[in-house]
Amino acid sequence: MDDSTIPLVAHDLGRRKNAAGDWLLRDVELELGANDRVAIQGPSGAGKTLLLRSLALLDPIDSGSVSWNGAKVGGEGVPRYRGSVNYLHQTPALGETTVAAVLRRPFQLALHRDREWREERARDLFAELGRESSFLNKDLRDLSGGERQLTALVRALLLDPQILLLDEPTSALDASTTLLAEALVQRWLGERPQRAYLWVCHDDDQRRRVSDRNLTMAAGRLS
Amino acid sequence: MEPYIELSYLKVAIAASLLLLNGAISIFLRLGLERRLMIAGIRTVIQLLLVGLVLEWVFAVDRWFLVVALLSLMSLVAGVVAVRRSERRFPGIWFNSIVSMWVSSWLITGVALFVIVDVEPWYSPQYAIPLLGMILGNTLNGISLGLDRLGEELVSRRSEVEELLALGARSWEAARRAVRQAVRVGMTPIVNSMMVVGIVSLPGMMTGQLLAGVDPAEAVKYQVVIMFLIASGTGLGTVAVVLLSYRRLFNSDHQFLYRLLSDSRSVDSGARQ
Repeated sequence: MDDSTIPLVAHDLGRRKNAAGDWLLRDVELELGANDRVAIQGPSGAGKTLLLRSLALLDPIDSGSVSWNGAKVGGEGVPRYRGSVNYLHQTPALGETTVAAVLRRPFQLALHRDREWREERARDLFAELGRESSFLNKDLRDLSGGERQLTALVRALLLDPQILLLDEPTSALDASTTLLAEALVQRWLGERPQRAYLWVCHDDDQRRRVSDRNLTMAAGRLS
Repeated sequence: MEPYIELSYLKVAIAASLLLLNGAISIFLRLGLERRLMIAGIRTVIQLLLVGLVLEWVFAVDRWFLVVALLSLMSLVAGVVAVRRSERRFPGIWFNSIVSMWVSSWLITGVALFVIVDVEPWYSPQYAIPLLGMILGNTLNGISLGLDRLGEELVSRRSEVEELLALGARSWEAARRAVRQAVRVGMTPIVNSMMVVGIVSLPGMMTGQLLAGVDPAEAVKYQVVIMFLIASGTGLGTVAVVLLSYRRLFNSDHQFLYRLLSDSRSVDSGARQ
């Protein structure tokens, strides 16, 4: 396959504990193409979060490279890349304001300045997640861990990313809301043919529901 | 001008005996402060005597290189002390602090010596040393508070900063809140003291001039100038140290290098933990 048909390619990706320390992540080869639904499993501490952070280029990588549409990502191209390949933290901090303020914040960034913040779109997304429209006015300090995850998911979807890197996005949700969140992600995936996601999950049933391809992370290696 | 009353050493000793009152209170209330009070009192005497000796010598020799050497030493010490007072550390923090301290205070003192007070010769120790000293003392505060706050904001809000980066924020956009807070906190003491100057307290320099018999209107003019010099020096130094530190903690790939930040308490007193 030609490189340009695989939007996200990680080659020889590696992360060390520190400059001369042990490898926490090593020899990772990963290709994520259009409509890919990939699940990653593995024990705690295996390096799943580290892999996602490295793919989002949130930390300096110690070996290898990440390419996007055939070009190595670095320097001034990083913010634009992160806008397309969006990493969701497992336990989002969000801040101390309201849900609406958190959702609006990215629209003030230089990268998203051309986008228009539309409150009704946010309200529709929350409705699909079974939340009332008053949810937007909620104080962040009153949100449960699961509600924070929903807020982070909606915040990401409002920016129309091409790839989502999901780090156990439903770990704090109840069973029925988990299904709603899964359905929302599937709908997002189906809206454009080139979209794809990487989903870290521990639950076998969820993995069967959301993925076509399974990868396993063990001791910093992906297989 | 009123005659200026010189103090005999006996009078200084009488002042010192007043400290015994504090010591007695400490013993009576079992505050356990008497030892520290005694050390502090002795340090005050010794440090100021030494400074007096050095100043007498520098004043007597009156050469530019000697004055510059002393000013350099003062700036260096101020830069080091500013870091020692802040709790977060990262590689390059000493360099950042010393450079910010040096550049801001020398620039402002330069304007004062060459333009505002227009001293002849420019290195005249009677002006150069106290002017720089006052600016350094306040800039030190601003730099250490700014450094401390920047580290604290970035550590406690690391997730928020990284979430913004993950959404496509440039590093400056993700760090701006922390940078702004740090500069604000660094500037707060001088802004506060400008707000209440003359109402709550008379500044030390003005008090000194009044005691020396200077006309109050003259003393006020000097004090206003000094306040503005101090404020601009503190502002420059704080902004410089915060921006230099931001440049160390974020790289050109818009990554937050949080692993560079460490806690000085665990560095300096690791054995205790």
